[in-house]
Amino acid sequence: MTESSQDPNITLYTYSEVEEVKGYVGNFEVTIRKKARSVDLDTCTGCGDCIQKCPKRVTSEFDMGLGRRKAVYIPYGQAVPNVPVIDKDTCLFYTKGKCRMCEEACGPQAIRLGQEDELITEKVGAIVVATGFDQWDWTKYGEYGGGEIENVITGLHMERMLESTGPTAGHVVRPSDGKEAETVVFIQCAGSRDPERGVSYCSRVCCMYTAKHALMLKEHQPNSQAYVFYIDVRAPGKNYEEFYQKAQRDHGAIYVRGRPSKLFERGDKVVVRGVDTLTGKTLEIEADLVVLATALVPSKGSMELAKKLNIPHDEYGFFSEVHPKLQPVDSVTKGIFLTGACQFPRDIPDTVAMSGAAAAGVCAVFSQDNLTIEPRIAEVDEDRCSSCFNCVDVCPFGAIEIATRGDRKVAHVQKSLCAGCGNCASACRVRAIDVDGFRDHQIYAQIRGAFEWGERP
Amino acid sequence: MSEQETKTSHTDPHALRKLILELSGVDIGKCIQCGKCTAGCVVANETDWTPNQVMQLIRLNDMETLLGSSMFWYCTSCQTCTVRCPVGIDIAKVMNTMRLLVLDKQVDPAETDVATVNKVFMRSLKAHGRVFELGLVMNKNFRTGHPFQDASMGPAMFSKGKIGLKPHNIKGRQRIKSIIRNAGRFLKRD
Repeated sequence: MTESSQDPNITLYTYSEVEEVKGYVGNFEVTIRKKARSVDLDTCTGCGDCIQKCPKRVTSEFDMGLGRRKAVYIPYGQAVPNVPVIDKDTCLFYTKGKCRMCEEACGPQAIRLGQEDELITEKVGAIVVATGFDQWDWTKYGEYGGGEIENVITGLHMERMLESTGPTAGHVVRPSDGKEAETVVFIQCAGSRDPERGVSYCSRVCCMYTAKHALMLKEHQPNSQAYVFYIDVRAPGKNYEEFYQKAQRDHGAIYVRGRPSKLFERGDKVVVRGVDTLTGKTLEIEADLVVLATALVPSKGSMELAKKLNIPHDEYGFFSEVHPKLQPVDSVTKGIFLTGACQFPRDIPDTVAMSGAAAAGVCAVFSQDNLTIEPRIAEVDEDRCSSCFNCVDVCPFGAIEIATRGDRKVAHVQKSLCAGCGNCASACRVRAIDVDGFRDHQIYAQIRGAFEWGERP
Repeated sequence: MSEQETKTSHTDPHALRKLILELSGVDIGKCIQCGKCTAGCVVANETDWTPNQVMQLIRLNDMETLLGSSMFWYCTSCQTCTVRCPVGIDIAKVMNTMRLLVLDKQVDPAETDVATVNKVFMRSLKAHGRVFELGLVMNKNFRTGHPFQDASMGPAMFSKGKIGLKPHNIKGRQRIKSIIRNAGRFLKRD
C-alpha cells in the first residue's frame, strides 16, 4: 500500500466512491466522490496530536467492536495515507456544534471542519474492480444465539484478538469478562452450504483460517483446547492439507465431524450441542468461546456498483466473469476486469494470482494500437432504421447510441462495447439491426441445410 | 448409543490418545478418517463400532464406550488395516492394546467368549510351549458352558491325526513362558 501510494504513476483516492462511469474501453470517464475527511491531506503530517486531544471515544469498527477509537482516527496502524479522518456521526462538533479540540491541537492547521465532498472526474482506459467481501449476517441463526450470546464471535473477531498489536494484545479472551479462553469451539460453515437460510456455496477460506486460528490459539495459550466442528475440511492448496493435519496432530485441535445444532448459556459457559457423525455420538462441550466461520458475501453496495459499471452479477451480487475457466478475470464489458473476492470468495494466493492476470489484461489492452474484438457484433442498416430506439433500451451493455445522419436520428452500435448477444436484433421491429454471422437469412440457410441432409444414418 | 457426555475443561481431552501412544507407540492423531481400515476389515460388519470409529472414539476421549466395544474382540489381527492405512497407523496394534486395556482395567469384556478363548489359549501356550488342541477345546467348551460344542468333529480329526489325546511339550517351553511374561510386564507399569 505504502509503495503504491508513493509511485508517481499511481493516484490513490482513499475514502472515495465511484459515482458514475461513462464511456467504453480505452475511454472511460469516471466520476469519483472524494468524501470529506475534514482533514487536509497535503498539510497533515500524521503526527496524531488531534487523536490524542479528541475527547470522544467510540467502538472501533476495525477491531470488530473489541477495541475503542477516537472520533478523529486512523482506522489501523498501516493505513494509507497516514492521515486521520473525522467520523461525522460521533464527532462532537458535527453532532453538537462545539469542541474543536482537534483544530486547536493541530500544529500545521490541517483540520478542515466543514469541508465538503468533492467530485472528481478522471479519464481512464481500463477499470479493475476489487471491492472484496463482507461477512454474512450470522445473527439470522437463532439456534446459535442470534447475536445475543456475548461469547459467540466470528473469525474476524478472533483474527483481531490473535493480533499482537490488536485490542487484546494477542490474548484470546472472552468478551463477556475479559478472562482468557480455555476451551474454544470453532464452527465451520456458519451460513455457507446452507441454501435454506444462508448461501449455497462453500466460502473456500474458512477451513484454512480456522486451522490457523486453532494452531495460533495453542501457541498463544498452551492451556487452551480447540474443538473444530466441520462438515468437510476443504484444504486444496499448496501445503494446505499438511497445515490442517499439523493443527490436528501437533497442536491438539480436536476435529469433530458435524454441524452443531444449538448454542446456549450455562453459567458463564457456552454449551455447544453437536454430534460426531463418524461415530453417531451426540456430545456437549462447555466452551469459553465459540468462533463462527461465517460465510463470505459480496461487499455491501456491490449490486449498485455493478449497475454503474454495467457489468452483470449473480444472485448474491458477485460480479460475473465472461467464462469461469477461460476468462476468469474479464467482465463482459470490455476494459473492465475483476479480481479477488468481489467475483467469488477466494484466498490470498488466488487473489494475488488473479490480480496479476487482471493487470496483464489491462496491459494487453493498452499495448495495442487497435483493439481486437469478436466478429459477432450487431450492425445497423441505417436506411431501414425507424428511429424507435427500442434497441437502446434492451442493450445490456449500453452499446447502442443515437447518431445523427442529416436530419434523421439513427441507432449506432459502439463496436467495442457490443458483445453480440442479439437482444437488439430481436427487439428491432423493422429488422434494421442484426448480428453479423447470425443474420436471418444465414439462420434460415442453416435450418434448410439441416433438413436437406437430415437423413443421415 | 450411550448417553450424551458433556466435555468440560477439567478433564484432559487427549488422555486416551496419550494412553494408547504410551502403551503401543501408535499415535492415532494422524488419522484422517478415510475409512480404508473399515472398508478392508473382515469382521467390521459384525461389530458395534468399526475400526475408524474406534480411532474417532479415542480422539473424542470416550474411554467408557470404547472399553465396552466388541470391535477388538472380533479383530482377527489379520493386519489388513495396518498394511493399507495411508497415514501409517498400526491399527491392529491399537486393537490389541485395547484388549489388554480391558483386561488391565478388569472391565467386563463385550465378548466374553472371545476373551475366554484368549485366556485359555495363552494358558495352553504357557504350559506346553505350543497349543494343546484338545485341551484348548475342552477348556473353552466348559468355561463357556457348551461342553459338547463341535464334539461331532472330534473323531474325524482324531483319526486324521489333527488332534491328540496327550499334550506335546516343546523343548524351549520355559523360554516361551518368559517371553509371554515379559510381554505382559509392560502393562503392569503402575
